[in-house]
Amino acid sequence: MNQSKQITPKEVLATAQSLRWEVGSDFHEIVMESIYADAARIADRVVTRPGEKPRFDLDRTIDRIVTHRFWGFPFMILLFTLVFWITITGANIPSQWLANILIETLYPFLKDLAATIGMPWWLEGVLIDGMYLATAWVISVMLPPMAIFFPLFTLLEDFGYLPRVGFNLDNVFKKAGAHGKQSLSMMMGFGCNAAGVISTRIIDSPRERLIAIITNNFALCNGRWPTQILIATLFIGGLVPAYWAGLVSALAVVGIAVLGVLFTFLVSWGLSRSMLKGEVSTFSLELPPYRPPRIWQTIYVSIIDRTIFVLWRAIVFALPAGVVIWLIANITINGISIAEYLINFFNPLGILIGLNGVILVAYIVAIPANEIVIPTILMLTVLVTGVSGVGEGAGVMFELESEDALRSLFLAGGWTLLTAVNLMLFSLVHNPCSTTIYTIFKETGSRKWTAISTLLPLVMGFGLTFLVAQVWRLIFGSG
Amino acid sequence: MTEELTNTEAPCATCPVHHAANLKKLGVDMKDWDFVVALAGNPNVGKSTVFNALTGLRQHTGNWPGKTVSRAEGGFEFGEGRYKLVDLPGTYSLLATSLDEEIARDFILFGQPDVTVVVVDATRLERNLNLVLQVLEITDRVVVCLNLMDEAQRNGLKIDDRRLARDLGVPVVPTTARYNQGLEQLLQAISDVGIGKTVCKPHKVQNVPPDLKLAVTQLENQIQQLYPDLPNARWVALRLLDGDERIAESIRKGELGDLTRGASEETSQSIDLRLEAA
Repeated sequence: MNQSKQITPKEVLATAQSLRWEVGSDFHEIVMESIYADAARIADRVVTRPGEKPRFDLDRTIDRIVTHRFWGFPFMILLFTLVFWITITGANIPSQWLANILIETLYPFLKDLAATIGMPWWLEGVLIDGMYLATAWVISVMLPPMAIFFPLFTLLEDFGYLPRVGFNLDNVFKKAGAHGKQSLSMMMGFGCNAAGVISTRIIDSPRERLIAIITNNFALCNGRWPTQILIATLFIGGLVPAYWAGLVSALAVVGIAVLGVLFTFLVSWGLSRSMLKGEVSTFSLELPPYRPPRIWQTIYVSIIDRTIFVLWRAIVFALPAGVVIWLIANITINGISIAEYLINFFNPLGILIGLNGVILVAYIVAIPANEIVIPTILMLTVLVTGVSGVGEGAGVMFELESEDALRSLFLAGGWTLLTAVNLMLFSLVHNPCSTTIYTIFKETGSRKWTAISTLLPLVMGFGLTFLVAQVWRLIFGSG
Repeated sequence: MTEELTNTEAPCATCPVHHAANLKKLGVDMKDWDFVVALAGNPNVGKSTVFNALTGLRQHTGNWPGKTVSRAEGGFEFGEGRYKLVDLPGTYSLLATSLDEEIARDFILFGQPDVTVVVVDATRLERNLNLVLQVLEITDRVVVCLNLMDEAQRNGLKIDDRRLARDLGVPVVPTTARYNQGLEQLLQAISDVGIGKTVCKPHKVQNVPPDLKLAVTQLENQIQQLYPDLPNARWVALRLLDGDERIAESIRKGELGDLTRGASEETSQSIDLRLEAA
């Protein structure tokens, strides 16, 4: 084998190049066919099929319903409404129970403790009013809905329902000029957009992959579910008698999620006809067999892996945010806090688009994580309204005992139904969180596409809320 | 151990230094591990379930194709050896037409794992064998994990796993990973192939037409001259004739094992994010 030096890589490649002319253009097919033929021959020898076809195929029967041309979509919406209804009604009790322990019992205890050991007021503010309360809020508001929602969602996933959703949506994606597999990365985005962006790797064509990446943000991620659920419960559910409230709130949340899917289609369609023109590639989406989920293991895994994991991420971001909020609320220039300067600065723009300065400042503070939008809004609202007797005062994140108190605080802050609706819309359509932006940059390697993915939804969000506010004010006179 | 090691063929391919260097390029930390086991298979055949069952990790396994888009790693000990298990993205082929296929193929080809376990769905054997046959073209050291045996039984399918092992020339282990059935035998088979106790004689695809065979053999001989230690010269020849740019490039660069793409550097982060997904 010592003559190996006599041949160079160049020569090998040259030989390959010239031989390619000889083997012809259907070489690929010939090789693949011989592999298929071998596989078929071996499988045929090895597998013995049962004598007769089973009379009843359960998988096929279920598929006939859930992927039905007409009934597929209503069934999908019904199923997700049920999941959210269980989440919303089920989360109330543990949420209040946690708030009782963490905020009404442990918080005064910590304050007393700080007073006893003579902690300086600013340290007490940063540690207890900032960091501790931010964390406590995130836990008591996010943990119960997540601990219900994730296991339910995971059970659906393990059962094999999600690919059917992909199957139902596949055709629409193709019509929008996008890849059918985008339905899968979108489903992933409903959990976490950063994960959704990574999952677009299953799409081969760069054009269609970019469309999937840019539109993934329209899949409502779990950081935004709590905002939707809370605002829907307070303002939309409050419009109807109590026994309908749970169902109506659930429908409102589903409505927002469906709107997100519509935006995904719309923007995909727009992109594939403007910046990202090209042919749609075809693929075959395989529907896996239904498998009975292992219920206990699923619950265990989804609580440990997803709930605790997401909660941990929220806490990690809530800690510094709590500090920032406390600081901007307590550092004053000429007797006015930085937060108030910011709020006053953004207020005209906020009012114009049916929101307010508080909400816009909260979205700036919450760029690292959508999870802390609501706590920030609450704290800042207290700061500007000067409402006394609720919460703990300026710059303190807090939990209020009942929904009524929470609603009356928002009303004191000048909120209307329009503010609530537009907040839900803005929560759906705005820039992705910083983790997702970073992931988009790593996946695309392009500043341009990262900027487009970040700014496009933000601009759309301003446009959408502006439009809704104008129409609303035309119809209802004010709002 | 010593007499078992003498069984292995080409000295260079099994040399730990050569091997570890390649794996390091692929982002695999080879500290504390004796063997690297790659886990390949079609999407949705229970690969992640096998991965979890062997490593004791509890990564979420979803019932849908395309769930794992990057690599996951874990480890286990069996007998005397410490094994690093690398879960590759599920693919239908190794032609590298998409990023996930490329990750899977690059790992098997350039990383040269000690053992490649191909997980197949027993209820869809024919389609799954397409991938197995492609893996067998690249590497000799393969164990086929015939998973989802419970479903096959439910569907009334009978599978002659011994016949399958004889036809493929590699060990075949029937398992039901969801309920931890057959995993002990799978570990034993992995270990036997890893230490060289089992020597595989993998099936090579037969029916290439005679006129093409000449071209393939001619190119294969040249590649063999260039890289005498290459275990899969025929496959490389087939890929070159198919116009595979990635393979041509690795030859142009002078060494087949030279990986320039950092396809794996973001692996650990990807896994974190995967855990978050719902």
